[in-house]
Amino acid sequence: MSAKILEKQQLSENVFKLVLDAPKIAKKRKAGQFVVLRIHEEGERIPLTIADADPAKGTLTIIFQVVGKSTAHLSELKAGDSLLDLVGPMGQPTHVEKIGTVVCVGGGVGVAPVYPITQAMKNAGNYVISIIGARCKDLIIMEDEMKAVSDEIIVTTDDGTYGYHGFVSQALEEKYLMTGDKKIDMVVAIGPVPMMRALCDVTKKYNVHTVVSLNSIMVDATGMCGACRVTVGGKTRFVCVDGPEFDGHQVDFKELIDRQRIYLDQEKQCYDHYCTCRQQGKGA
Amino acid sequence: MEMKERLKIPRQPMPEQDPQVRKRNFDEVPLGYTPETAKAEALRCIQCKKPECVEGCPVEVDIPGFIALVAEGKFIEAARKIKQTNALPAVCGRVCPQEVQCEVRCVRGKKAEPVAIGRLERFVADYERAAGEVSIPKIENKTGKKIAVVGSGPSGLTVAGDLVQMGHDVTIFEALHAAGGVLVYGIPEFRLPKAIVAAEVDYLKKLGVKIETSNVIGKVATVDELFAEGYDAVFLGTGAGLPSFMNIPGENLNGVYSANEYLTRSNLMKAYRFPEYDTPIVRGKNVAVIGGGNVAMDSARTAMRLGADHVYLVYRRSRQEMPARIEEIHHAEEEGIELHLLTNPIRYLGNDKGWVTGIECLQMELGEPDDSGRRRPVPIKGSEFIKDVDTVVVAIGAGSNPLVQSTTPGLDTNKWNYIVADEETGPTSREGVFAGGDIVTGAATVILAMGAGRKAARAIHKYVMSK
Ligand SMILES: Cc1cc2nc3c(=O)[nH]c(=O)nc-3n(C[C@H](O)[C@H](O)[C@H](O)COP(=O)(O)OP(=O)(O)OC[C@H]3O[C@@H](n4cnc5c(N)ncnc54)[C@H](O)[C@@H]3O)c2cc1C
Ligand SMILES: Cc1cc2nc3c(=O)[nH]c(=O)nc-3n(C[C@H](O)[C@H](O)[C@H](O)COP(=O)(O)OP(=O)(O)OC[C@H]3O[C@@H](n4cnc5c(N)ncnc54)[C@H](O)[C@@H]3O)c2cc1C
Ligand code: SF4
Ligand code: FES
Repeated sequence: MSAKILEKQQLSENVFKLVLDAPKIAKKRKAGQFVVLRIHEEGERIPLTIADADPAKGTLTIIFQVVGKSTAHLSELKAGDSLLDLVGPMGQPTHVEKIGTVVCVGGGVGVAPVYPITQAMKNAGNYVISIIGARCKDLIIMEDEMKAVSDEIIVTTDDGTYGYHGFVSQALEEKYLMTGDKKIDMVVAIGPVPMMRALCDVTKKYNVHTVVSLNSIMVDATGMCGACRVTVGGKTRFVCVDGPEFDGHQVDFKELIDRQRIYLDQEKQCYDHYCTCRQQGKGA
Repeated sequence: MEMKERLKIPRQPMPEQDPQVRKRNFDEVPLGYTPETAKAEALRCIQCKKPECVEGCPVEVDIPGFIALVAEGKFIEAARKIKQTNALPAVCGRVCPQEVQCEVRCVRGKKAEPVAIGRLERFVADYERAAGEVSIPKIENKTGKKIAVVGSGPSGLTVAGDLVQMGHDVTIFEALHAAGGVLVYGIPEFRLPKAIVAAEVDYLKKLGVKIETSNVIGKVATVDELFAEGYDAVFLGTGAGLPSFMNIPGENLNGVYSANEYLTRSNLMKAYRFPEYDTPIVRGKNVAVIGGGNVAMDSARTAMRLGADHVYLVYRRSRQEMPARIEEIHHAEEEGIELHLLTNPIRYLGNDKGWVTGIECLQMELGEPDDSGRRRPVPIKGSEFIKDVDTVVVAIGAGSNPLVQSTTPGLDTNKWNYIVADEETGPTSREGVFAGGDIVTGAATVILAMGAGRKAARAIHKYVMSK
């Protein structure tokens, strides 16, 4: 089914938010699930997490970072434009229950997918600590939204232009795990794979259960192709139907990083081609 | 024409693209009969009183009936005659294994060669489409019953087409963004042009079938929710779309694909036209395809068309056991696919960037027959060898996708998680829920899926009308 863009907003230099008209998906979606969209006939199918939804209004929010051709194209659409295809909600919802103190960690645009989980954890009665980070101050997104659903929040920047100076994993270790002031029952982390890997290395040391949401390359996202496969605990799993969330201490991150780079050359070719066409004013 | 003369006409060959040319393009391989060759071929049919060929056809097309019309040059009428029992002749004329169905039974095959039934079927369907003479039957007597069809493969398309003509209100829910099932995502353009599938889907829409693409049942709505929305019956034709892997070391290396992914990228997403289309695919120079069925042939021939220097087809049994159609094996060999029979991969080798660089295989020999009656391949000790490859496509079969089964309480499945349904009429353990095609039988054929759809349509009609 196609979906109309109702609102568009730029959150930082390369991060955009779209509100889509998608009543059926808005009604069914749960925290942790995602959609797959296709902009036009020649386009790829790209997965994006449902950052928020309003079942009453029938709307979905997606937040994405421009990293290549499809996301660049998506960022140029305006309110009133339509996406050719939108399918969802895909993936398993986050397992949400009251377990005590939960730390929700979002790195870069990963704050967007961690937001609905944070919200659900809070609503389930957990004590929620959020740690959100980016390279610099201007790239921090959704600070207010995260604050509203957290009991405590730490903002980190790699360059120290805002908040804690350092990585989210360092903040987690230094402020909570090392001090041992609070017993942390669980960590949920979403962000670039190297960040999730670093964070898992830290939580493993302290034996804190850590859930990560994986962004492997996908095609159909219905379990039909196996493009999204990852190794978790020595077993092959499909991120689109078995995940996207897995026990971070069991994930083979090296394999995931390698697999995300399969099409690096073609992606660059595709993006360059798109940029050239844009400059010549031809569209892609 | 006298019978004696008719018996002298040789089987009309199918003109094809030259192998050296076609191995680098995605255009269809056979070029089709002309009206003249079609008529000549049709005259070869001796119009048996008790036609054996019809018995070999899973949907009992009136074969001598349509062939007689071809002989008279009444091509449009011939196409309509087939459509009385087979809604997708342009598809079936291309992909049905006639050599084990109708043509193998043809009496002409006893002394000479069988009548080329499949080629004639393809010819009349194409003729009808090209003439723009596809007629839309008028549908009277709306029943007011609503039926949901899950999946738009051959089984779902058939159920929908039949039920809408019986006056029901039919909606197909399809997970992908295009309708057609394996016909659009699996079978390549060079064997089944996508424009043909699109025309068939269009025809159903003209009949009044609603097609909701990008709707995954089990996710956006469950079967129970469909009933709650007011559907009177649900047909499940979700296919056998779960890729199988061998679980050997190195299977997750970059460059190792399931056949489903490889073919979906190329066919559905049109990666063969990258960068005009955005979806990329690895264009390997030395490609190994594992398996010996139609899916393996399609993968190997796709790899060749994507520019490979060498495509190795690695199959653990011998040529006799290959499940692929003989015609497709022949086509593949003509295009330079190298067959490595009695060979089984045991692991993939990779480099430090995670890319596949080689495949280690064992040589096999045939032992005692196994459950399937085929002789079991057994490894020859110490026969390991390594071949350098940069791409691997694993085409060793498919399983059932659990999305619907796991969200439909009370729906019985067998030990492989296929849906248990009466193969004659399609009802499942859930009232009002019917199933057919690959999701019931396991991976089979287009025509069997269509046959199951036809039978289920009759049963669904009976069910909703008696409610
Ligand atoms: C379950 C899931 C949820 C996601 N949620 C978000 C989100 O909320 N916000 C966000 O900004 N990004 C999200 N992503 C990542 C997003 O899908 C990719 O950034 C996007 O597909 C890139 O497309 P592109 O053409 O712009 O870039 P490309 O140039 O095609 O690729 C850039 C990089 O993105 C990754 N990528 C490429 N194609 C795909 C694909 N088909 N599927 C998945 N990854 C791909 C690859 O690692 C690649 O190197 C999510 C990914 C998954 C799997
Ligand atoms: C590469 C390849 C080549 C083949 N070649 C031949 C050939 O030459 N001749 C021949 O006779 N047969 C061939 N076959 C087999 C034949 O295509 C299948 O037997 C046939 O398509 C089965 O039809 P079906 O209707 O059961 O399912 P499918 O064609 O598999 O269609 C099922 C559809 O259901 C959809 N679906 C699944 N789950 C859901 C859900 N939860 N919600 C909504 N939709 C859903 C899928 O996306 C798919 O579109 C080939 C198969 C493959 C893979
Ligand atoms: S068996 Fe052969 S000759 Fe006889 S009716 Fe069928 S196609 Fe014609
Ligand atoms: S994306 Fe195809 S199986 Fe997960």
